Amino acid sequence: MIAVHYFANIRESLGIEHENIELPEAVDTVEKLIDHLVSQHGSQWGEVLNANPVMVAVNHEMSGRSAAVAAGDEIAFFPPVTGG
Amino acid sequence: MKISIQAEDFDIGEEVALLRQDSNATGAIVTFSGLVRDLESERQVHSLTLEHYPGMTESSLEKIIREAEQRWPMQDVTVIHRIGELLAGDQIVMVAVASAHRRAAFEACEFIMDYLKTRAPFWKKCRDETGESWVEAKDSDSDASRRWQT
Repeated sequence: MIAVHYFANIRESLGIEHENIELPEAVDTVEKLIDHLVSQHGSQWGEVLNANPVMVAVNHEMSGRSAAVAAGDEIAFFPPVTGG
Repeated sequence: MKISIQAEDFDIGEEVALLRQDSNATGAIVTFSGLVRDLESERQVHSLTLEHYPGMTESSLEKIIREAEQRWPMQDVTVIHRIGELLAGDQIVMVAVASAHRRAAFEACEFIMDYLKTRAPFWKKCRDETGESWVEAKDSDSDASRRWQT
């Protein structure tokens, strides 16, 4: 299982805050995870998650689309940050 | 090092007093505080709602402070960031850096704020006369953060 979190406008666009996903063996990068999420939820997800700029964190570290993903990881999708 | 993500307001005076107690080697304390402006893109702001990523927020702030420690000699640092609904004039964030000398304290404080703005997972939603919208990241903040990388 992996935990996937969605924040700010991504959360609102997708209508979900958090989900736990059983990771198919072939899904071993963020990019493949996005494809997997699109296949599970529909093409609207692709439009949201592949839009630029959507940022990704793997286990609380900012990561790129090619970053590795494995069981037990926590992945998050969010827009560029606007704190401070 | 003190990192606090909180809904409650903070008192800069109290935070500075705590930093002063830490060490007599401190010769300078620089503080920055960020407030909610009443005008954003020429529209009257009613409130801001601050969302964050619990866990990653704290670890990213700690990483930013550790990076500042590599660059400047610091005695101690306090970073407080508020979350939830804030009104115009409210305090959002404070960074206080205690160091032996002022230059390190000034520069480290600015570095921490610049990195916080581009790396710490906070998001602002703005409510104004036209409705609600997510605040977009500014290029000027990315530029400010990038100049420390040269």
